[in-house]
Parts: sequence; structure tokens; C-alpha cells
Amino acid sequence: MGKYFQEEIECAPIEKIREIQNEKLVKQVRHVWDNVAYYRQKMQEKNLTPDDIKSIDDLHKLPLLSKADLKAAYPYGLLACPLKDCVRIQSTSGTTGKRVVAFYTLKDIDIWEECCARAIVAAGGTNEDVCQVSYGYGLFTGGPGLNGGSHKVGCLTIPASSGNTERQIMFIMDLSATILCCTPSYAAYIGETMKEMGLTPEQIPLKAGIFGAEAWSEEMRRDIEKTLGIKAYDIYGLTEISGPGVSFECSEQRGMHINEDHFLAEIIDPDTCEVLPEGTQGELVFTSLDKEAFPLLRYRTRDICTLTREKCSCGRTHVRMTKPKGRSDDMLIIRGVNVFPSQIETVLLNNGYAANYQIIVDRINNTDTFDINVEMTPDMFTDNVGEIQSRKKILEDGLKSMLGIKAKVNLVAPKTITRSEGKAVRVIDKRKI
Amino acid sequence: MSVNQVSVFLENKPGTLNKMTEILARHNVNIRALSLADTNDFGIVRMIVNDVYEATNILKEENFVATFTPVLVYKISDETGTLNNLLKSFTEADVNIEYMYAFAGKKNAYMIFRVKDTKNAESVLAAKGLKSLTQEEIAEV
Ligand SMILES: [Zn+2]
Repeated sequence: MGKYFQEEIECAPIEKIREIQNEKLVKQVRHVWDNVAYYRQKMQEKNLTPDDIKSIDDLHKLPLLSKADLKAAYPYGLLACPLKDCVRIQSTSGTTGKRVVAFYTLKDIDIWEECCARAIVAAGGTNEDVCQVSYGYGLFTGGPGLNGGSHKVGCLTIPASSGNTERQIMFIMDLSATILCCTPSYAAYIGETMKEMGLTPEQIPLKAGIFGAEAWSEEMRRDIEKTLGIKAYDIYGLTEISGPGVSFECSEQRGMHINEDHFLAEIIDPDTCEVLPEGTQGELVFTSLDKEAFPLLRYRTRDICTLTREKCSCGRTHVRMTKPKGRSDDMLIIRGVNVFPSQIETVLLNNGYAANYQIIVDRINNTDTFDINVEMTPDMFTDNVGEIQSRKKILEDGLKSMLGIKAKVNLVAPKTITRSEGKAVRVIDKRKI
Repeated sequence: MSVNQVSVFLENKPGTLNKMTEILARHNVNIRALSLADTNDFGIVRMIVNDVYEATNILKEENFVATFTPVLVYKISDETGTLNNLLKSFTEADVNIEYMYAFAGKKNAYMIFRVKDTKNAESVLAAKGLKSLTQEEIAEV
């Protein structure tokens, strides 16, 4: 197996990709118009008919969809296929109170898994590999997506799901797993546990990791790479659009290639909703070009990033997106300041602490309190009270300069913070606003 | 010879110290001396136990951060002025004490000192005729 899963499309000249996108978009808009009353009405409000969309140059005319639309249309309002053609749902917790439920036909699942297969091959995976999928299985897209992708590549797939870390490590070691797929925080946890068990990176058979579904920093990447002795690849996706594999990192580790033969990306100004030129930072918006069951047009992801078409030396021609600065869903507004958990993680790792933390926000006497629980580690511990206090002070100062507001650090015992077997519980917001 | 003290991080939560003593009791670890350094945010337990390796291992298993710290232990007789004499030697030898605590034996008292440069302190004090106790000697008192 070569460097690419589907070379013909992954490395296609841009004109060819445009051609595919134009053709698919016109067809998709017609499909949605015919089958989704909710979106048809939105188009009608803008005096649009499918005939107005002749190519991707007309994309900006279409109405945007947001999480609020998903909530309003819950559960079946955006479904574009009769139920007899749908074979699966996946679901994720929504911030607007309703869960997001996405529907799939067999073809939808097939394409989604192909996208995951592209990611696995980009991480060096072949049919000789043993791929352990330690994302949660079930409603969460992580497990099913990478599981399907791993099958398509032909890897021996270990459907470990998340949790039971000892068993995870047993499989990695006994079956010589070479690729690990999970959330970055779980990868860090597995690595930490293996280190405690005395396993060195040389003894660990893994060579690559595909980590996503959470914001993570470059520092955390280097940390995981060092502990496990692997190259760690980022993967991006969202349930609304399909799941992991919407975009993925190649060996260059410089942005994630968007599978744009399936997902058309735009960057908009989150306030004015104006489409922004390439290279400008803004909110990522996706149009699914060939989803049958749940075809979202111009869906606002809330993710802030930039796109680039600069040539990538891996040979892929698909547009790359930067790692989102943090999903605006993860973003906290504390005392009027935007705080991304990934910023906190960066400061912790830079100061020698583990990336295991919990943010606790409350409102007392109309003022936000901002506490960060940080786990004490053997490396950061000494028998000297003053030394621990001054290290803590340095950490607090580092946080202040990164975030622009002061946080109170509480040092807590190891492994007392809700551990990240699936998605980490990083934020406890007790404010009743 | 310096002695290994077990130093343990305690988070600021009711019952943490008791949880630690319970674990040690369950594993028959005997605490000979204990001192607690306390701040508003956290505490550090420093203790001399009969089995330092057992103590640190079981505490780590129970998610405590526990490390060894070298300390110097001197025996003084239970008489007026002995502590004063001991400390005078420290002053004369220019050894700075970071912290100290004590425990009483049947006949004698034992003073535990944490200093910056344990090896150097030990030798300059030895030159003044002060002999620090070994781990084995401590275990026997
Ligand atoms: Zn590339």
C-alpha cells in the first residue's frame, strides 16, 4: 500500500476538485430543496431556488445553519431520506440543551469510513498494521469512524473502546499494536501509565497515533510523542458533518487536509457572516457535498481557524485548515475575557506540570471566580513549602500573562481529577446566568 | 549517614492526613516521627517510618505523591541544655537548618534536621564530634 488511500482524488489538481465540487453542490442543493422543508423555507426566505446555485461560486448565497437550527429541527427536521434508507444514527451532546442526532445511509457510512482510512494511511498505516481504536464506541463517532477506516485500510483492528487502561496497555504490548486512535488526553493518560509501569518508548510497539475530538496543544503533542515514542497525528471532525476524518494531518504535521471532495469549507466572519479570503482567520463553515441522510449546507462549526491552499510536500492537493484555536463551545468567558482550555494546557506543560487540570468557574457576589485544579506530580513535588509555593506562583503568573486574567491554582493529589477515558471533563461552570 | 525521610504531598481537603495514616496503619508501617508543614492551600507531611520503601510504594499506589528526602538525625539525652549544645554546633559549623522536628525515645530524644547540603553538613558536624544516626539505628530505637 502506498502513501495515499485514494491517490487519484487526494492528489487531484485543483481544477479537477473544483469540477467535482461544482457538480456535487448543484445536485446536493436540489436534494435538500426536494426533501428538507426546513431548509427549503430558509432558501425561500432569501428568494432562492436551486436554479440559483450553478457552481461553488454561488455557495455564499445559501443560508447558514447553526446549532440553533439543529435544535429547532430536532430530531427529524433536517433528515433528507426516508427512514427505510437510513441505517444508523450517531449523537453528541449539544450545548443548546438538545443532543445532536445525525443520520446515515449505508453510502454515508462508506464515505465517512473512507475519509478515516485516508487519515490512517496519511499516518503511515498499511494493511500490515495493528490499529487499536481506543475512542469510545457507541453514539460517539470516534470509535465507529476509526474502526471503519481501519477496516478499509486492512489493518488488524482492535476495537478496544475507551476505559480500562490496564487492558488497553495489555493489548498494545501483547498484540504489538502499531497505531493508536483515541482522544489526545487519553493518549497522554495511557502514556503516563505506561511510563509508571516502567515501559520505555523503545519497548512500546506503537509508531503512530491518530488523536482528535478535543483541542490539544503542540506541547501536548510533543509530550505524547516522547512518552509513547510515536508520531502523533491530529484528526478533525464533527458529528453534524459525519464524524472524525473531515480533515486529517499528513506527515508534514502542518495543518489538516480537508476531504474537500466531500466537505466544502469556507471561512466566515463570525459576526457579519461575510465570507473571508483564504488565509484569514475566522469561523469554519462546512457544506456536505454528498451526504444523503443528513446533508447540512453551510453549517457553522464555531471553530476558529484559517485555510491554506499552499502546496503541501506530502503531495495532497486538498486545502489545509489550521488546528482550531478551540471550539467556541469550549471557550469560556470569564470576567469578560475569552479563555480557551487549550491555552491553560500549554502553560501547564511549559511549567513542568501534567496536562491534567480542571477549570472551576463560579459567580460569587457578581464576580466570576476562576479556579484551576492542577495535579501535583512527583517531578513538581519537594519537601520544601516555599519552593512549592514559588513554583505555583510562577504557574499563576504564566497563566495570567497567557489569559489576561488571574486564576487561582489549587494543587490536588494525582489522579483525583476526573480522568479522560473518553472526553475529558475539563470545565465545571457553576455560574447560573 | 543520612536517613531517608518520607515526604508526602497533602491536598487541602478534610480527612487527607487521616487517609494517609490509615493506609500506613493498614500496611503495618510504623510512624516514628511526623511533622506537618501547612499552608492555606496544601500541606507537606514529613515523617520517619520503620520501612521507607514500603511506605512510599503503598502511598504511591493510593495516589499520593511521596518521595524520599535525606535528613540528619542526632541523639540527645533528655537533659537541660543538650538541644542548645547541638544547635550551637550547627551555628559554629555554619550549617543552615531548613526545618527540624523531634521525637522522644525511651531514654533519649532524637532531633531530625533538614539542611541544604546534607553531605557537607554531616561531615563538618562529624568533625565536631557529632555522629548522625543511620537508618538501622533509627529503626532500633
Ligand atoms: Zn500534506
